[in-house]
Amino acid sequence: MTRLVYDETFEGLLTAIFQVYEERLQQVTIIPETDLQPDFFSEDVTVYTDTGKADRVWRGLKPFSLLRQMIYKAYLREASGAENTILEAVRYVLKTKNEKDYGHPAILQLANWTKEVGREKHRMEAFVRFKRAQDDTYIAVIEPDFNVLPLIAKHFKSRYADQVFMIYDLKRNYGIYYDLQKVDFINLDSERLKNLDAITHEEEKCYDVMWQDYFKSTGIKSRVNKKLHLRHVPKRYWKYLNEKNPY
Amino acid sequence: MNFERIREKLNILADAAKYDVSCSSSGSKRTNTNKGLGDSSGMGICHSYTEDGRCISLLKILLTNHCIFDCAYCVSRKSNDIKRAGFKIQEVVDLTINFYRRNYIEGLFLSSGIFSSPDYTMERLIAVARKLRLEENFNGYIHLKSIPGCSDELMKEAGLYADRLSINIEIPTVSGLKLLAPEKDHKDFIKPMETVKNNIAIYKSEKKLLRSTPVYAPAGQSTQMIVGATGESDKDIMYSAVHYYSTYKMKRVYYSGYVPVLEDNRLPALGTEVPMLRENRLYQTDWLLRFYGFDVRELLNKDHPNLDVDIDPKLSWALRNLHLFPVDINKADKRMLARIPGLGMKSVYKILNARKYRKLNWEHLKAIGIAMNRAKYFMVCDSKDWERRDLEPQRIKSMILQSSQSKYQKMYNQQLQLF
Repeated sequence: MTRLVYDETFEGLLTAIFQVYEERLQQVTIIPETDLQPDFFSEDVTVYTDTGKADRVWRGLKPFSLLRQMIYKAYLREASGAENTILEAVRYVLKTKNEKDYGHPAILQLANWTKEVGREKHRMEAFVRFKRAQDDTYIAVIEPDFNVLPLIAKHFKSRYADQVFMIYDLKRNYGIYYDLQKVDFINLDSERLKNLDAITHEEEKCYDVMWQDYFKSTGIKSRVNKKLHLRHVPKRYWKYLNEKNPY
Repeated sequence: MNFERIREKLNILADAAKYDVSCSSSGSKRTNTNKGLGDSSGMGICHSYTEDGRCISLLKILLTNHCIFDCAYCVSRKSNDIKRAGFKIQEVVDLTINFYRRNYIEGLFLSSGIFSSPDYTMERLIAVARKLRLEENFNGYIHLKSIPGCSDELMKEAGLYADRLSINIEIPTVSGLKLLAPEKDHKDFIKPMETVKNNIAIYKSEKKLLRSTPVYAPAGQSTQMIVGATGESDKDIMYSAVHYYSTYKMKRVYYSGYVPVLEDNRLPALGTEVPMLRENRLYQTDWLLRFYGFDVRELLNKDHPNLDVDIDPKLSWALRNLHLFPVDINKADKRMLARIPGLGMKSVYKILNARKYRKLNWEHLKAIGIAMNRAKYFMVCDSKDWERRDLEPQRIKSMILQSSQSKYQKMYNQQLQLF
């Protein structure tokens, strides 16, 4: 049994898949380096991430655009063991060309992860709440269940083409920053982001309050359905929703 | 900006607008090409949900709640003693832009009470949209209400700035409208719908010839009906919905369970429960018509003028048509798969794809995620077990009800106890 140890980057994962094919490995698992536990019965091989090899795998999968989508999203899902499900699906699809065979357990699993990540991406497009800073940067902090920042960057860029913004993932400690030209990934001191009040614009309070008012007055009391409300806005997202944190 | 004053207006005018249920923000094609603010080319986004579980995607407000009409069902009617307010055009523009920049909303839903004349009111609504589009470079979603009785020229201009136009028919029957809104004429509702439909068609065909033709109401038009205010049957409601879908090419018809807001002997008393279950069943029927290939006459007809409350309309239809079942999941066509109770369109597509590669059995179907407790009585698959007993519809219904937990169970149990 061979264990391929990779550096948790997407290119690293693709390189590992390349290695599986190059060395015709049959009994193999791919594991992230942080999960590495000594195992007496297996041989550990470190994967050296190689963008050339990663590119070749990616290009090789080009005829299967649906599978490529699913692989990338399954990777962002950060599920333990996802690497091996991805490998299994790649092997199955390259052999049979059946990327839509939802009767196959690996394909169905990838489809379900894709759905989960898609849902989280959509939630973040909805639940990001910007605060205007004194320098006119619009700042938002999030802690999504899955690593969806790379997926939402495009949406926010085309939406706020004329406004400088930053969205920061406190859980994974990185963010995206748009400077009116392009979106970059950035790392900041996350402690400073936990209290934004010191740097917000004076009008921020007004709009914050009015949004909370609006949230209240648009609800209809005789129809209250807390269960449905919670299904749409689960409690774990409340932390950064201003309407759920009344002044 | 006088913050406290605007805040007060917002509270009054959002409160008065909340009975309009439409909050869709999808279906437009307005991309952000001018490096302006906003983009409404993608799918709609619900930025939050009210405590009653409805989506909040637009800033939904009235320009004013002053109104010259006295419609019995409306909270803003002339004779109702409530606080009145009115926004200035610039105030609405500022609110919209600032909410949008903070990612609170997808855009603006602007309606209004009718003051001085329909045309005057419509002009003010258009002025807000024009300012947002031309001065603020705003590409977010704008939903404008068409004011009954306004002129064709104004409707034509409105569609150039708005993504969606709507006019609420409110009362599904002409006689009901006469009773509750005697000053309004049914024709005044129909005329703007007709104008919008024609303009959409004209602009679409011109766009084929000349690419620079501006878009006209790209997200189409919609309407809304109040359910349970007058004694209409589900058949009345759905047949008129079908009429609006086909005649005026509506994108959506919304059904709004009547919330008693006023004491009036023509209407259900204050404190009457909102018919939410009925509303839910109407939406299910609407979906069956639009996405599942059903004809309204199959679901509602003179032998069956009202939907069942305890089971969904598809199951109810299937129980009346047991001779068409069981369906073989590995052979049936898409149309018939979509008619099996417990299968949604997503499952249908998954099944169509998956069965190309292997015959599907119960395990596969469970993994795909269909609602087995209902579906199992209506299908066979690649397995030796299936429901072999020749069951009566009543029997199947009671077995399904026993094995399921409906969130509405309380409601229909209470109703049964009354009789």
